[in-house]
Amino acid sequence: MRITLKKRLRPLNWGRYLLIPAAIVLALLVGALLFLWVGVNPVRAYLEILKGAFGSFYNFSEVLVRATPLILCGLSVGLAGKMLIWNIGAEGQLVVGGIAGAGIALFFSAYIPGPLIIPVMLAAGFLGGACWGLIPGFLKARFQVNEIITSLMLNYVAILWLEHLYFGPWRDPAGRGFPGTAMLPDMAWFPRFWGTRVHLGLLMGFGAAVVIWFVLAYTRWGYEIRVIGTNLQAAQYARIEITRNILLVMTISGGLAGLAGICETAGIHYRLQQGLAVGSGYVGIVVAWLGKLRPGAIVLISILLGSLMVGGDQIQISLHVPSAISLVLQGAILFCVLGGQIFKDYELQVQGGKH
Amino acid sequence: MSVPITEKQSAVFMKGIVKRFPGVVANQGIDFQILRGEIHSLLGENGAGKTTLMNLLSGVYRPDAGEIFVNGQKVNFYSPRDALELGIGMIHQHFQLVTNFTVAENIVLGMFGPGKLNMLTIEKKVDELSSLYGLAIDSRARIWELSVGEQQRVEILRMLYRNVDVLIMDEPTAVLAPQEIEKLFEVMRRIKAEGRSVVFITHKLEEVLAISDYITVLRRGKVMSTVRPEKIREKDGVVSRELARMMVGREVILDVGKESRKTDQPLLRVENLSVRGDRGELAVKDVSFSVNVGEISAILGVAGNGQRELVEALVGLRPKDSGRILLENDDLTAVLDRVAYIPEDRTGRGSVADLPLLENLALTVRDQFTRGPLIHWKNVEKKARQLIAQYNIAAPSLTMKARQLSGGNLQKLILAREFSQNPLLLIAEQPTRGLDIGATQEIWHAILRQREQGGILLVSGDLKEVLSLADNILVIFRGQIMEIISCKDDKGLEEIGPLMAGVERKR
Repeated sequence: MRITLKKRLRPLNWGRYLLIPAAIVLALLVGALLFLWVGVNPVRAYLEILKGAFGSFYNFSEVLVRATPLILCGLSVGLAGKMLIWNIGAEGQLVVGGIAGAGIALFFSAYIPGPLIIPVMLAAGFLGGACWGLIPGFLKARFQVNEIITSLMLNYVAILWLEHLYFGPWRDPAGRGFPGTAMLPDMAWFPRFWGTRVHLGLLMGFGAAVVIWFVLAYTRWGYEIRVIGTNLQAAQYARIEITRNILLVMTISGGLAGLAGICETAGIHYRLQQGLAVGSGYVGIVVAWLGKLRPGAIVLISILLGSLMVGGDQIQISLHVPSAISLVLQGAILFCVLGGQIFKDYELQVQGGKH
Repeated sequence: MSVPITEKQSAVFMKGIVKRFPGVVANQGIDFQILRGEIHSLLGENGAGKTTLMNLLSGVYRPDAGEIFVNGQKVNFYSPRDALELGIGMIHQHFQLVTNFTVAENIVLGMFGPGKLNMLTIEKKVDELSSLYGLAIDSRARIWELSVGEQQRVEILRMLYRNVDVLIMDEPTAVLAPQEIEKLFEVMRRIKAEGRSVVFITHKLEEVLAISDYITVLRRGKVMSTVRPEKIREKDGVVSRELARMMVGREVILDVGKESRKTDQPLLRVENLSVRGDRGELAVKDVSFSVNVGEISAILGVAGNGQRELVEALVGLRPKDSGRILLENDDLTAVLDRVAYIPEDRTGRGSVADLPLLENLALTVRDQFTRGPLIHWKNVEKKARQLIAQYNIAAPSLTMKARQLSGGNLQKLILAREFSQNPLLLIAEQPTRGLDIGATQEIWHAILRQREQGGILLVSGDLKEVLSLADNILVIFRGQIMEIISCKDDKGLEEIGPLMAGVERKR
């Protein structure tokens, strides 16, 4: 017997709506095997994850906290993806955004009127990320350098720079050796809501999603970058400026990730420290492509992955399994959903006998 | 046409092959036979169905109707691998090589084998093959280090390594320099001498005559003729003329109610224009012509003689090497918004297949609908409905994707969009290629109506189209305008075939 993939002669109709749910179910089954292997009842594990993420208002607020940087990074990767630019550098842009915003709060808050501090920090965060995004953008536009490699490598530069700052010149002299900057001044702390850790960043994320959706659907510029991303030749034919748009998109894409950085810094940590670069930029890539680059879907997927993370923490506490299992689940979902796309165009064929 | 099946000789026999793509019948009941040990040329214009037919034979597509026999056995291919197993291999126009792999790695790529590959043995076998066939290549070189000609040798070696009996080559000479072409022909002859067959797809007449045992001419998805070159090799030039006629057709001109609207007022003037092609060669050499208001001038030639480069220079997509292009005394690049361009490649350049019709209708005319930073989609929609009615476009909804539209309707949509900007100059490149007769007629009428707006430059390889529409015919060959012939000049028209094949007119 031989099993082969054959190209579908006619495309899937209603079946394609089942592909994603089926893929998620498959991923959960893979996860179930994993739970069995570590000696935990999978049903109980999944219930615990659900309880952890949605069991109380506070638990769900933590989901939103986790989702916040994912939304902004997902939008960052997604916007670039609309133009078929692979921004793998959201992580680095996030870090530089955090550095820029925190730098304002740490060293310039005395010179800025109180109510303006937070807006200025947001602007600085955006600009910091934008500059970091503009580097691969410029190299791509000017010298056709592959942006996947440059944006990825700049992540390491940014993270090392961050470490240099909080281990070195920006280290809190009163921190008793704790690696990190001093606390940001109170008035630079982003407002939190409802007595939870949900902060201004979530509103920025929702706002950015709405703005990007609107820009893509209704503005001339959004239309032009969609044309570039779907058919470069047609874009040239229609006299759309390619070079300028690469620069512009990478600037905004970097800026969005930079916003995520300052929002994490001033909304959660209140200082630059280890824990800023925890991979939100990379998860953002997953979020963007699972959401098929659609802003609304990016928000929903971010919340889904956020709940997996919070749920993962919960089972670590209650079932004593490593929370990394939630990462494995995340990977399994991504693998199954993206891998499952192949069945849109191909079908399995089982040939019996000795062919 | 019927070809007797001779079991012993026939390597491949394709019978009644039909292949449809949305809105286009690429192959309409084609019979095609390949004998053992022959070089069989498939000749025809772009879009005549040559590549489609060979993609069917090599398992890339499946025919909608018809049968394929290999060595007398009926076969059903689901993939190129199935075809390869029966000894049929195709080298596509765009090479399918992994640029970071070595020559030897590319050659064995995709072959099943137990266990670990022994690259040393493979490299040795590749070296043997390459010296045997005179395909000099370093089996350890990486693909990105190789020239296009060398990459082609890798593709050929890949097929020889798999021991194919039928080697299909899709326009292999298009990427080669003249000396390289001669070398390629030597390899083809050597393969033939071993009793294997070669299918040679091309639209270059002189190459066909130099190498083929049999020539099959395709036109608009049908076989026009299958001939031996000796049969038509009588006098110099005559052969080419005959073949050129078969390619471009010689049917009676359809009466589309054409009467000349040509005025004396010059609109487009091209003076001593030279343009370089993708490989830096001079593709257009010192070309001069003009188009008057109300006039349709046609550039007629076999594809690949500089038409593409000329048009791209005219619409500002390719820099010119030297010369001047003037539209009403202004340099054309300054007034490009008065020029509408209907590209040959409808799906690749003229439209965005994955965007909805509504958005496709805004592509080149988005300025008209821009209010500040926004596109006023309501206005686009209004205009779209009006154009769809006016141009009789069969489109059930504006949200459907352009790829779902048939070829004829897509072309009408592009035409409608381009005409809606009231251009002074229209450049239409192969506007009816691959379309059925109904859509062709509608498009011709629309182009004729456009004369009231200004002048038209038609670029076509279809004599029937050119005769039906144009006032003047500019025959292009190897980047030069051979002659400008008025459509009223019956004597001159007879010379078009040889002119297209590069034979100068006798005076």
